[in-house]
This record gives sequence, C-alpha cells and structure tokens, in this order.
Amino acid sequence: MNLDPPYDFPPYRSTARRHPKQALVAAVPGPTESSGPLLGAGRVQPGDNDLTRHGAGEPIGERMNVSGRILDGDGRPVRNQLVEVWQANAAGRYRHEVDRHPAPIDPNFWGAGRCLTDGEGRYHFVTIVPGPYPWGNHPNAWRPAHVHFSVFGTAFTERLVTQMYFPGDPLLAYDPIFHGVRDPRARQRMVSTLDWSTTEDSFALGYRFDVVVSGRLATPSQP
Amino acid sequence: MGWMGDAGTHVVAPTAEGAVVLTGRVLDGGGEPIPDAMVEIWQADAEGRLGAREGFAGFGRCLTDEGGGYHFTTVRPGPVGAAAPYIAMNVFARGTLQRLVTRAYLPDEPANGTDPVLASLEPDRRATLVARAHGGELRHDIRLQGEGETVFLVW
Repeated sequence: MNLDPPYDFPPYRSTARRHPKQALVAAVPGPTESSGPLLGAGRVQPGDNDLTRHGAGEPIGERMNVSGRILDGDGRPVRNQLVEVWQANAAGRYRHEVDRHPAPIDPNFWGAGRCLTDGEGRYHFVTIVPGPYPWGNHPNAWRPAHVHFSVFGTAFTERLVTQMYFPGDPLLAYDPIFHGVRDPRARQRMVSTLDWSTTEDSFALGYRFDVVVSGRLATPSQP
Repeated sequence: MGWMGDAGTHVVAPTAEGAVVLTGRVLDGGGEPIPDAMVEIWQADAEGRLGAREGFAGFGRCLTDEGGGYHFTTVRPGPVGAAAPYIAMNVFARGTLQRLVTRAYLPDEPANGTDPVLASLEPDRRATLVARAHGGELRHDIRLQGEGETVFLVW
C-alpha cells in the first residue's frame, strides 16, 4: 500500500480522531485478499452512466463526457469491472441530507452513476461539471470541484476510492485533502485533462481520467 | 461518502443454510460512532471457495447507520487451504485519506493459533481481529483509534 496520503494529516481536521495511532501491521495478502469481487452482473443498467438523464429534465451545468481506463499496477486493463461516481451539482450542492450548504438543489440532478469497464478497461460517464463547495474544515474552506470515483481492481487489495479534479483549478493549491498527497507527481495523477477526442461539438466537453489501482504509479486515495 | 448505490449487505440470503449476521459498530478515537462510514467485506464461502456463485456473493457493502452500526448476512468462511479463515474488510469514512484494511477472524477456530498475523500480535491487539459469538451473531466492532483500537494492516 502506498501511504501517500497518510492516515494522520492534521490540515484535514477529521483525520484527528479517525487515524490509527497504533502502528499498522505488515501482512502478506492471503488468497482472500489476492482475489476480489467482479461486480458487473446485475448491478449496472443501461443509462446508469448518464447522470444528466436521471431526473425528469436536464440538469443545470456544463455537460461533460468523462472517460478513461482503469489499469492495474502492470498497466493491464481492469476488464468488465464496476466503476462508481458521485458528485455535487453545478452549484456545489450534494443531494444527500447531510449537506447543508445553502446552494440550490437541482431537481434534475442526483449525482451518482455507475458503469462497467469494457474489454480494454475503458469507462465512460456523461455528467455536468460539479461546483466547488464550502466544507468547514478551516475558515473559508472550499473544496475544489471534484468527482468521487470508487474503483475495483482485480484483487481486494486493489480497491481504490479517489477524486477526479479539474486542470487549472485555482482552489487545488489550497485544498488539504488534495495536498494530503505529498508527491506532486502523484497529485497530478488525480487531475483530469481536457480531452478533445471526447468533446462533442456544440454538446459536451470531454475530460480524460485514467485510474491506476496499484503499483508505483497508482492514483492516490482520497476520502 | 456520498451515495454509493444499493448497499448489498446480503452475502447470502437470510434463509441460506449457515447464514449468520456479522455486525458491529465503527467508532472513532473518542469512542463515538462513525455514521458516515462504508464497510466492505470479501470472503470465501463455507467450503473455503473464493468467488461469487449461485447463492453466494462473496462481497458485501454496508453504510453505517447513525449509531455507527453495520451488519451483513453471510456465512462463516471455511479455511482456504490450511490457513485460519477470516473475512477481509475495507473501511472508508470521512476523515480517512486511505481505506483502512482489517480482517474479522472467527471465534472458536482452532486454526487461529497458527495464523501468522495473529501470532505476531500481543493478546490485547490480537483480540481486536477476532469476532465474538453473541446471541447467534458474530459481533465485531471496528475502532479507528484509541482504547481497543483495531489492528489495521498494511501490505
């Protein structure tokens, strides 16, 4: 496991009472952890990957295609595997009850999607660009715009939850969660790139985001 | 954590042979419940076979409730080879920059005595990895910090 970010990271205040204080115990993954679930069958329906069509009408916001590949530590595609995303709406408001940020709820946007990777590890979502939002971690704290990604590799050890960020976002420089990742090259692996090949003229921008679930070039974990 | 879709707490149906509830609470360093955690498990079936099959998902996911409680309906995994059987667990929550990796070993399991991870631990730490049998259920709290802190693994 790559302990960048670490469990104990004081700038992210919630880690204070949630990081282990005892030393982690080094172990070799057993056969159980070296295998893992393949969560395709029956879990994904057509349209689950299009977050712009889960409401009665279209959500407000900048429509975008988000795509990329899920790869393992040897660069091999993770095939036919579940990818789940969730995000705030264009105003930076999440649909679930806990979010009290006084930004409007979009009745046409729920913010959760899922799909399966194909035989080459490729995934694709259609959604809108989420807005940044305040989160109370410190005075005037704002999370940069981000899409949460939950990814399964081939083994249970290759389970990864991370966040996709947007290139050139000025808020990235100030975000404690993003900077929980110490290695700047690893941080960069969490930032999507504008992808003209998936941009649809007059319809949607495209962003590319590959996720590597293990190894030296793994995409870092985020909460 | 946001909404993650259907929870999938049934690794087996409640009516399946050998079905048992695995349940506990996820707690923080102050002993307070963590109501925004997600617990995932992966395990072998009662015969020690890995992988999903008819009637056995192998995998479960549960979002903790307001009291930090989680629950799964599963079976006691059989040993995979000669090793002590256990349920692999990943825990995610606000305030955790990485997933927390742990295991639930089974109570009254003779093979626990030869497990290398359990053998490497002092008794009080070792106990945090072994579920307790209680009222027909397997009880297993996960304490992220502080008194009775659960052993978390690093590969």
